[in-house]
Amino acid sequence: MSAAIPLLAVRGLTVRFGGLTALEDVSFEVTEGCIVGLIGPNGAGKTTCFNCITRLYEPTSGEIVFKGENLLRRAPYEVARSGITRTFQNLALFDRMSVIENVLVGYHSRYASGNGSGQAEEAVRREALRMLEYLGIAEVATRPAHGLSFGTRKSVELARALMAAPELLLLDEPAGGLNHDEVAALGATFKRICSDFKTTILMVEHHMRLVMGVSDHVVVLDSGRKIADGTPDVVQRNPAVIEAYLGAV
Amino acid sequence: MRLRADRNLAVAIVAIVIALLPFIVPSFSTFELTYVGAYAIAILGLIVLTGMNGQISLGHGAFLAVGGYVVAILAHRFGLSFWLSIPIAAIVSGIVGIGLGFVALRLEGVYLALATFSLAVATPSILKRFGDLTGGVMGIVLPPVAAPKVLAGVLTPVQWFYYVTWAFAGVLFLVTARFLGGRVGRSLRALRDNEIAAVSFGVNPHFYKTLAFGWSAAFAGIAGALIAIPTAYVSPDSYSSLLSITLLIGAVLGGIDTMWGALAGGVMIEFLPLWVQKINNAAPSVVYGVALILVMLVMPGGIAGTLLRLVQRRPPAPGDAVLRRTEPTRAVEQ
Repeated sequence: MSAAIPLLAVRGLTVRFGGLTALEDVSFEVTEGCIVGLIGPNGAGKTTCFNCITRLYEPTSGEIVFKGENLLRRAPYEVARSGITRTFQNLALFDRMSVIENVLVGYHSRYASGNGSGQAEEAVRREALRMLEYLGIAEVATRPAHGLSFGTRKSVELARALMAAPELLLLDEPAGGLNHDEVAALGATFKRICSDFKTTILMVEHHMRLVMGVSDHVVVLDSGRKIADGTPDVVQRNPAVIEAYLGAV
Repeated sequence: MRLRADRNLAVAIVAIVIALLPFIVPSFSTFELTYVGAYAIAILGLIVLTGMNGQISLGHGAFLAVGGYVVAILAHRFGLSFWLSIPIAAIVSGIVGIGLGFVALRLEGVYLALATFSLAVATPSILKRFGDLTGGVMGIVLPPVAAPKVLAGVLTPVQWFYYVTWAFAGVLFLVTARFLGGRVGRSLRALRDNEIAAVSFGVNPHFYKTLAFGWSAAFAGIAGALIAIPTAYVSPDSYSSLLSITLLIGAVLGGIDTMWGALAGGVMIEFLPLWVQKINNAAPSVVYGVALILVMLVMPGGIAGTLLRLVQRRPPAPGDAVLRRTEPTRAVEQ
């Protein structure tokens, strides 16, 4: 692991919507090859942070550096090409397109400028199908994305995000809405993805057992501020974290 | 693979039927069917813009006007042959479309529909205003179409231009099919279904939305030229706002989610008013309206969409065509 330059560095990130401060001077780093959990009570600013990294929100101040490059100079549609893709908390699939087409859109940022048809298209299609097989949903490849079960739709989102071969994968509440068994399988899936695709994961998650079990590093936000940052063991024993989750102790 | 083979077969059959029709039907019907081809091209453009990319245009009549007038002015003033003037019409119309596309980037849904509709409403007035160029209210008369000398004995002028129009339609359909089937088509539809997600995966919304506008406007310009030439006349009143609405209705009736819808829509625009008149001469517009509502209620997805669903309803084939092409391989060892 290159300890010198972190893959992603968020520094002094502040986001205000009118009078409301969603994030206040938040800084943290994500090291290459790790799974980093971003946790905090509802309204802590976790998704806001994600939306800044993917350039959907314009931060009021602060900087986001990815692979040594200032991400804030990039347009939103250039973020995927830089090497960051994401899943969405409230699923954002292309509902009227088939599952495989959804995954193929994930490949968009990898097309070299110019050609994108013929033989190359066939190869990309095969890769998309292998991705669906990898996540165990190949049998729905030609079905339209709407009308699939919630869990399957989440897998399609994951397949789409992985199809971009991201160096940093942002997962926004991957366990949300899943049943007990599905959540139990998720941790192993993420570890496998990390090594199989050589990707780094930053995830927002409420499911504590999952986060603490799978993360190498945990960042805790509360009311827009970072209150803790460290390994799961250290963070779990942090009084500020306990208070944020349980109220006054 | 079967889906693709079926589709190729259907395309071949339709192409053969179109090629043989002028020798079967009377001359006047050939004339009408020429218009069907031109309308199909215009609707194909609307399918790209509205069906695939989700941008509503109630102003495509304006692009037909651009195409028609470019051809008319070039023929009238400079005696330019339509082989040259039709591509010019496409380019001019496409550029106007790209210009409107920039405006459309800031507008969505109803607002875009209204903005484009205002263009349709303004078109006749604009044409009348620049009378020096456009001939004002009187319009411009075009020279009659003549088949090239080699074919003069074989084809009547009407048949000749029928083939010209459908050749254009054929080429534009193939080009469109190629682009819609790949990355460009996916990007357009991804933006339609969920713009934020599409952008997050690298789809440049400005580029693709403007492209869709320019593309569909260029097609409408070609359609306008192909209508003006056999009509041999353009005037401001040929391009009322009703034309724009008719085009969108044609697209929806025909089926805005599939390229076949352009064909069905072209037929509807040309023939539905005539059929309706036969049913009830006294109140054609009422019957027209009722027919429209009925088709929309009974056939969601339009005529082509409904037909496709009927044809494709075969034994359940979970993960068919695409799956069968690929050997089951493990992506990565687990």
